[in-house]
Amino acid sequence: MTDASITDNPPPVQARRDIAPLLLVPALVIVSLPLVGSPASWLTLTVAGLAMGLMIFVMASGLTLTFGLMDVLNFGHGAFIAVGAFVAASVMLAMGPWMASDSLWLNLAAVAPAVLAAMALSGALGWGFERVIVKPVYGQHLKQILVTMGGLIVAEQLLKVVWGPDQITLTRPPALRGAFIIGDVAIEKYRVLAVAVGLVVFVAMQLVLSRTRIGLLVRAGVENSEMVEALGYRIRRVFVGVFVVGSALAGLGGALWALYQETVTAAIGAQVMVLIFIVIIIGGLGSVGGCFVGALLVGLVANYVGFLAPKVALGSNILLMALILLWRPQGLYPVAKR
Amino acid sequence: MSDVLEIDNLSAGYGAGQVLFGIDLRIAAGEAATLLGRNGMGKTTTVRCIAGLLRPTGGTIRFAGEAVGQRGADWIGRAGLGLVPEGRRIFPNLTVRENLVAFAANRRAVAGPWTLERVLDLFPPLANRLGNLGSQLSGGEQQMLAIGRALLTNPVLLVLDEATEGLAPLLREAIWCALHALRATGLAILIIDKHIDRLTGIADRHTILDRGRVAWTGGSAELAADRALWERYLGV
Repeated sequence: MTDASITDNPPPVQARRDIAPLLLVPALVIVSLPLVGSPASWLTLTVAGLAMGLMIFVMASGLTLTFGLMDVLNFGHGAFIAVGAFVAASVMLAMGPWMASDSLWLNLAAVAPAVLAAMALSGALGWGFERVIVKPVYGQHLKQILVTMGGLIVAEQLLKVVWGPDQITLTRPPALRGAFIIGDVAIEKYRVLAVAVGLVVFVAMQLVLSRTRIGLLVRAGVENSEMVEALGYRIRRVFVGVFVVGSALAGLGGALWALYQETVTAAIGAQVMVLIFIVIIIGGLGSVGGCFVGALLVGLVANYVGFLAPKVALGSNILLMALILLWRPQGLYPVAKR
Repeated sequence: MSDVLEIDNLSAGYGAGQVLFGIDLRIAAGEAATLLGRNGMGKTTTVRCIAGLLRPTGGTIRFAGEAVGQRGADWIGRAGLGLVPEGRRIFPNLTVRENLVAFAANRRAVAGPWTLERVLDLFPPLANRLGNLGSQLSGGEQQMLAIGRALLTNPVLLVLDEATEGLAPLLREAIWCALHALRATGLAILIIDKHIDRLTGIADRHTILDRGRVAWTGGSAELAADRALWERYLGV
């Protein structure tokens, strides 16, 4: 039929991947070593930065996909984080003896159901939130901002009604307290767990997005939802599924964040939303890979700058965002839109 | 032979601007038809209505024997419309393989369905590009990918909007060869393109649109013979 040599503008046969943004992470880690000075402090800060970044990634990944798929600006995402944190805290407090036990298995038996309950309730809340609050304002960005922001405020007040206005104090179980000591380097056990959970979520998302049909449809829908519809798939159903999974992941992130901070307040979600928005903007709206790299950069910069120049730590991530957008105005991994 | 597509008195537009004024169009099963006209005459608007991407303001569309009514583009896609849109609209950050397999479906349990292998037989250049991103393909390869993607949905009607627009002559030729091969399989095809000499060799029936209205309908022999028609409506 056609000849393989026929081509109007022959590009390379070998697929090229854009790895420049990915290289920013090791570059930042290496550059910070002489600045920090002490290798022990540098390693501790690096692990802390990666842990913080991966927890933010877990919370942000669903939000970037929902924006990419349906152009929905969901400022209420913080509500799912907060609900996840409160539910996990309640379950863990109810399992006090197991949480306080010196047995690793009893500790895990208390934390695992807490995390699962947080994900289940946040996912269910996400489904209701999408049906009642987001669905009526598809395609209307201003209304989306107003109504989802309102949803977040209402959710925060409802959390206070159910759990009371005071903050809840959590204590990590003994298995997740303390640090691994390697030479003169101390690496907190909980941060290692957070890195592991974040990496598992990232790898699982990548596998689903690249190896399953639903994952391919999600990625295709992020690029051109109209074309996915024309090829026979109802993108809104896909969107609802992504919204629920994204909410459940926010619940998981909230549970991780609660254990990280060891306190839970109704504003826990709203507080972390600033970092989440920075991450998804840096990454490129709709890009999971970009969200991953952006989260690592934000976590590392926050920790390095917090150590080197505490007074500018607050604005360091805003500066990071500005620099990256000057380099790549659409974010690290721009997602093509129709 | 039953009609795959029946359009009666179709009106449509964008906002206050009406583009189509009562279009009638029929495509029978296994038939190849064309939609012709100068730029801005309503060809793409007609295609968008057929594909469910634009709600008509009047008239009716029946596809595969069923009234489309208020059904969305996803229903029409599942009912068997294979769309190759203007500008190709391949997914640039998906690999060629992913662009193809994501939409492979045999919803009507067609005997001898389209498979990845059949598509690669039809378009051998894609076989060397399976691992490349859509954005890394040339224009001609993107068009092959867009056609292959539509074929893998096992359509009853393939609609190509600007089938060879912007392609180099050799690539254009490859697309025409593929369309001849598809025609021979008995697949109904609606083609929009500007190469009338090639279209008359493929299609049975031609419809010319002029300012949103059907200006002429006829067979290939009549169209090929009437050069005045070309000059008046097609700017050739």
